[in-house]
Amino acid sequence: MTTTLEQFKHDAAEKTADLRHRAVIQKAIATYDAAVARGRLRFADWQNARSHAAAIKWETINHLDRYLEQFERNVLANGGHVFWAETAEDARAHILQLARQHGVEKVVKSKSMTTEEIHLNDALEAAGIHTVETDLGEYICQIRGEPPYHIVTPVMHLTKADIARTFQEKLGTPPTDSAEELTMIARARLRQEFLTADMGITGANFAIADTGMVAITENEGNARLSFSLPRVHVAIVGIEKLIPRFEDLALFWPLLSGSGTGQAITAYSSLIGGPRQEREADGPREFHVILLDNGRTRLLADSEQRDALHCIRCGACLNACPIYKNVGGHAYGTTYQGPIGSVITPHLRDAEEWSHLPYASSLCGACTDVCPVRIDLHHHLLHNRRNAVQSKFDSPLQRLLFRAWLATMQSPAAYSVASRLANLALRLGVAQPLLKPWTATRDFPTPPKQSFKDYWRQHGRGA
Amino acid sequence: MRVALFIPCFIDQLFPNVGIAMVTVLRRLNVDVYYPEEQTCCGQPAFNTGYWDEARTLAARYCEIFTGADAIVSPSGSCTAMVRNFYPELLGKATQATAHTYEFAEFLVKKLGVTDVGAKFPARVTYHDACHALRELRLKDEPRQLLRNVKGIELVEMDQAETCCGFGGTFSVKFPMISYAMDEVKVTSIQKTGAQYVVSTDSSCLMQIDGYLRRQNLPIKTISLAEVLAAT
Ligand code: SF4
Repeated sequence: MTTTLEQFKHDAAEKTADLRHRAVIQKAIATYDAAVARGRLRFADWQNARSHAAAIKWETINHLDRYLEQFERNVLANGGHVFWAETAEDARAHILQLARQHGVEKVVKSKSMTTEEIHLNDALEAAGIHTVETDLGEYICQIRGEPPYHIVTPVMHLTKADIARTFQEKLGTPPTDSAEELTMIARARLRQEFLTADMGITGANFAIADTGMVAITENEGNARLSFSLPRVHVAIVGIEKLIPRFEDLALFWPLLSGSGTGQAITAYSSLIGGPRQEREADGPREFHVILLDNGRTRLLADSEQRDALHCIRCGACLNACPIYKNVGGHAYGTTYQGPIGSVITPHLRDAEEWSHLPYASSLCGACTDVCPVRIDLHHHLLHNRRNAVQSKFDSPLQRLLFRAWLATMQSPAAYSVASRLANLALRLGVAQPLLKPWTATRDFPTPPKQSFKDYWRQHGRGA
Repeated sequence: MRVALFIPCFIDQLFPNVGIAMVTVLRRLNVDVYYPEEQTCCGQPAFNTGYWDEARTLAARYCEIFTGADAIVSPSGSCTAMVRNFYPELLGKATQATAHTYEFAEFLVKKLGVTDVGAKFPARVTYHDACHALRELRLKDEPRQLLRNVKGIELVEMDQAETCCGFGGTFSVKFPMISYAMDEVKVTSIQKTGAQYVVSTDSSCLMQIDGYLRRQNLPIKTISLAEVLAAT
């Protein structure tokens, strides 16, 4: 059986060798970079905005119990329902039960990484419920049978031509190279689905404790249709999505759109405050919020990495990451890709199985510099590495090597002998085969005869 | 002021000229330097791989060896960051040695207040921001100020100056395919500048970049900032 690590190495090798793939995403990210650079200029003080947002999130996460209960009370007061799901299984089971209870045959979904995390679509389809992704990018993923490539930009890896080909193959539509036509093809199909769906499922960008509202940002209007047309609306909310106050949106909305796409604010910003009220003309008859833990409380219990729960899933750290830019989103094999994914996946899922991801980083720190809520991403990768060693997920050989290495480095005499041997081996060319992972693609330097220490002894002292 | 030289193990073994160049420049500026000969490695390879106990032992050793120096100077942003930024986390406290360790360019500009060391290097160069120098030590301008004052030099910025070269220590051998792709991105950006040399504070990055340049037979050379500043 292929392990997760082997699969990652295989996919990373394949993707890094695919120059066309790298060119496509690097171009997409360059466009993003330019938009975000302009977007940040809209803030009087971007660094200060980040600090302020981090402080609000810090406060929220450190008192999450209180804010969650306040949120729940307010949702109930607004006529909604709240379900606390400890696991993905709990969340899926509850949704299926709601679907049965309401005789749901068709579900429309708006973009939600949380539903990806709990593999909701498969569960719904298995129960015979027709499920349609309505975000254009997610719709394309769905008809291609692929997971989202990026938490914000699900089809970042596809060009217009790729999408046209997908539509041609899967939907039998005529070839076109016009983005408008492609959008119209999807829209014509999706409109029918909205009108006939029984249940709308969304995620949430923010859950507001003091009003019991769920905030959703999007650019296509599909989320708005997804929660307002069907009879039942279910919002799946990771427990870290809480913000304390309604007015915090004044900071968090532009912060999210500014970092996510460079927009001042997304085209549609919706607030859902409960089911349809008397005398209201539209809206769902029932409003259900599912508060999802699924491993998040493990992060919450870790005081060192708790700030990883600040994440607003803006995608900025992915776009800044030189690893992501070369291997792309699918190689990770996780719901959450890039730096934040490599930080949280070992906590949310099996720590040993995913222990390689924190090592798949050069620790350059570009992610930490862009994160709008100041998560100490690259240092958490280091913390995860230490945790992996402490849990003995490392190979016995590596452990042994570092012990021997330490013994050498503790003794100047041993260091001197070992370095002379290594020097000789490198100059004779016998050490290079041992360095195969390096020397297969890059030259390794031949060391000079004399080390700095030798030089110092001969010339330096007191000169 | 007694300044101790912290020569990281790979500089000692693979790139002694970088250390020698640093000594040359410091002596030119009349700095009194000494070299504690019992030094070996700062422990970064272990630390970055997750072996914090092993790294801690070497951190304590470093603090002992270098205690008493007014300043400790190193031709490596990466090892400086290890000492100044990460030792306190490992040891549970900052020490005199951790607080007074500086990267070479940082020491010249921020501690000595020198931006012109009287060097001459008539060539077209581009500067690679080493990640630890840039993001752990926040050195962006200091190396460039020093370079701009070198006689005859032409400094051309590359579009991906701040992009990681892909070295990352053991990362470069654990995930060579990713490391190599990053190297490729870096070198492509360097090539576009038409520079003859790529300069950096960190020889580990230069080793990675040079490994690609040499394998591909490209005419661009790598050189450490210390060596440029030592040239007259
Ligand atoms: S970790 Fe920070 S940068 Fe990355 S997605 Fe989350 S909020 Fe955005």
